[in-house]
Amino acid sequence: MPSTLLVNGTEHQVEVPPDTKLLYVLRDTLGLTGTKYGCGEGMCGACTVLLDGRPTRSCQAPVSTVIGKKITTIEGLEQKGQLHPVQQAFLKVEAFQCAYCTSGMIMSAVGLLARNPSPSDDQILTAIEGNVCRCGTHPRILEAVRQAASGKKV
Amino acid sequence: MSEQAIIREAEVENQQHESVPRLSYGFELRRRDFFKLLGGGMLVCACAGPVLAQESGGRRHNDDDELPQNISAWLHIGEDGAVTVYTGKVEMGQNVRTSLTQQVAEELRAPLDSISLVMGDTALTPYDMGTLGSRTTPTMGPQLRNVSAAARESLIDMAAQRWAADRAKLQASDGRVTDTGSNRSISFGELTKGQELVKLVGDDPVLELPDQWKIAGTSTPKINGRDFVTGKHQYTSDFSLPGMLHGKILRPSAFRATLKWLDTSAAEKIPGVKVVHDANFVGVTALDVWTATKALKAIRAEWSAPQQSCEATLFQDVRKPTTKESDNSGGPPRITGGSVEQGLSSADRTMKQTYTVAYIQHIPLEPRAAVALWENGKLTVWTGTQRPFAVRDELAEAFRLNQDKVRVMVPDTGSAYGGKHTGETAIEAARLAQAAGKPVKLVWTREEEFTWAYFRPGGAIDVHSGVQKDGKVTAWQFDNYNSGPAGMKPPYAFANQHIEFHPTDAPLRQGSYRGLAATANHFAREVHMDELAELVKIDPLALRMKNLSDARAQACLEAAAKAFGWGLQKNSATRGFGIALGEEKGSYVATCAEVEVQSREVRVKRVVEAFECGAIVNPDGLRNQVAGAIMMGLGGALFEAIHFDNGRILNPHLTKYRVPRFSDMPQIDVVLVDRKDIAPAGAGETPIMALAPAISNAIFAATRIRLRSLPMVPDGLPAKSA
Repeated sequence: MPSTLLVNGTEHQVEVPPDTKLLYVLRDTLGLTGTKYGCGEGMCGACTVLLDGRPTRSCQAPVSTVIGKKITTIEGLEQKGQLHPVQQAFLKVEAFQCAYCTSGMIMSAVGLLARNPSPSDDQILTAIEGNVCRCGTHPRILEAVRQAASGKKV
Repeated sequence: MSEQAIIREAEVENQQHESVPRLSYGFELRRRDFFKLLGGGMLVCACAGPVLAQESGGRRHNDDDELPQNISAWLHIGEDGAVTVYTGKVEMGQNVRTSLTQQVAEELRAPLDSISLVMGDTALTPYDMGTLGSRTTPTMGPQLRNVSAAARESLIDMAAQRWAADRAKLQASDGRVTDTGSNRSISFGELTKGQELVKLVGDDPVLELPDQWKIAGTSTPKINGRDFVTGKHQYTSDFSLPGMLHGKILRPSAFRATLKWLDTSAAEKIPGVKVVHDANFVGVTALDVWTATKALKAIRAEWSAPQQSCEATLFQDVRKPTTKESDNSGGPPRITGGSVEQGLSSADRTMKQTYTVAYIQHIPLEPRAAVALWENGKLTVWTGTQRPFAVRDELAEAFRLNQDKVRVMVPDTGSAYGGKHTGETAIEAARLAQAAGKPVKLVWTREEEFTWAYFRPGGAIDVHSGVQKDGKVTAWQFDNYNSGPAGMKPPYAFANQHIEFHPTDAPLRQGSYRGLAATANHFAREVHMDELAELVKIDPLALRMKNLSDARAQACLEAAAKAFGWGLQKNSATRGFGIALGEEKGSYVATCAEVEVQSREVRVKRVVEAFECGAIVNPDGLRNQVAGAIMMGLGGALFEAIHFDNGRILNPHLTKYRVPRFSDMPQIDVVLVDRKDIAPAGAGETPIMALAPAISNAIFAATRIRLRSLPMVPDGLPAKSA
């Protein structure tokens, strides 16, 4: 039986076994490949998406548990050609190297700023601690989230 | 280091990694193939080695003219002015797509956005050994600058001819040639329109000196950066083809295992699933990853594996000499000078210590991935590898094809760190695609990465040294067992030294890792230097300076010490300061670390690193690389280790293998030393090398506990030196 998923504001009918992880539905069924596979065990954050605004590891979420929820992926952040402030900050600070972790980092940061527009450094670090960057871009990622947050206050 | 020495080192490395160095068989390139592919315009080819500048072209030329075999890069200027540059190097996060584009723009005098790079495509780019050994900047950079400068000069010639103008008054800038006498100007595209011009250049065009650079040498933002923050960029693992299936591979129970018994009936009952069984190879294909994963779980198999060694005996095992015949005519790498024996006898104090490093994994966040397509007996594979041509050859060998039937393409890749030299994922995807009769994508799981890729070698290093009371090192005996020869050569002027690499039959499949063994060798050398400083009660910085005669090394060390404030703060039981120096592949690094020790917990609070790699091509990109190497290096220094027993990896998950995270991040200050008078060297590796010894030395300064094994504090600070 097809399930209805609400992804980036659009309803999609998908016919997949209910235990399929959301990550694979996004990537293989819907072609939204901005969300990445990194470890498959919720330890690296590359697959992070927002479920009703909350950062969630899509590699751990069976599709049956996300029906009726608002799913936001990296592809859903840009609005009318305008990048989300977190995306802009990552671009400006060049907070990436290979950039494979970037989608997950941005989604974790967007989730944080949505519930806490003026986080402290400690709050930022806690929010992105579960996201792994192997290139070691951590200082710039922290700086980008800081800049996105301060930009929002203006 | 000479080009020959670097190539020799790369060969040793390749042997050590069981990956046979591949020959370049060359290829027959015909003018007409080029222009058929690219359209008209001008083609400029760089030849490796000295070549007399030749020119051919115009409509009258024979279309079947073959281009030389030793071309290393080429550049095409289309009739619309679009510049396409072809290089066998690949982009995997080190930002060379941007830094090479800057160098082309600089010499060609063309806008950055008119230039695109085709990278790592075996059908379109010239042969390249691989993107490794920090070679892109020092070798590909000058080659692309050469072709670009030659193209610029040709364009000026063409304009002078067209206008019958005084060539001396013509200038190229921003994609146009302008006559400063009359102010008329013409675009590059207008000049190449209707032409099929080929120009060959050797190694010797006149290039802009780094202190004249306007585009190179600046912090140009990453090319296509926007595609990476929007999720638009397609890594290999994101790539898909019409009708494509997804593959999974059944892995043996242990290394070196053979298949005894197999039951695939349950898997084959799953709709859409196909099982492929060929000797020890068992894989499945399905319409989606989730189904393929389920099918794999439904397969029952029994394997038989030989008894294999364990981690507990690693540092004894690596001392057994290799049983393999070396085909390296010079024997294992060795550096000698003076007499160690005499040096020891003239020393005031002597010291013998052993240092060890564990096996570790690269963990590139994008796992190995490949998409394979068979069409009319030809095989095309998209895969994230550092060595597209070597992978092409591996595929040709595995499927008994001629090389010209195989094409390998490398989309910009989700990191590699030396870990993606080999083609196993490409071969596996191609075997599945061959059986399925459809294109197949295979993305390794993290567990597969942790187990079936190769590792940075573990090893042991013995140092036996002598020192005078004034800090002068009189003897240096250095023996590296298994971890590798890279970076064994000290930056110090040791009068009496014997330095040798001893290969062994490694217990695990091992290969290169960012900086190769230089991290291990720098760790042993720089911790040992600290031990000597302690022995004769001389400041660690002063002892290093005492033994240095290389002005670049001295300057780098001084830059780090000054920025760090070396000696301004006193060590205490809870706070220690350490310093270390490194030199490798034409670049210099000096790292200062401040650690905080609370009971048994060690935190790296601050790292100041000075780095000098000649003229800097992109300062911001370089800062990113250097800070990244420091963050990555924290893992191997403090807690990363692969645990293994009897052919099995015991911790193949991120839950059991700790990588650096935000909570590990120290304050990082990068000091770049820009030497515009020295040709640029690579920067991907050296910045990682001096971190671990600086931390070890800082821990000692605080605690008097000397840590001689990497990782140093996987379970917190040990109770005594270890």
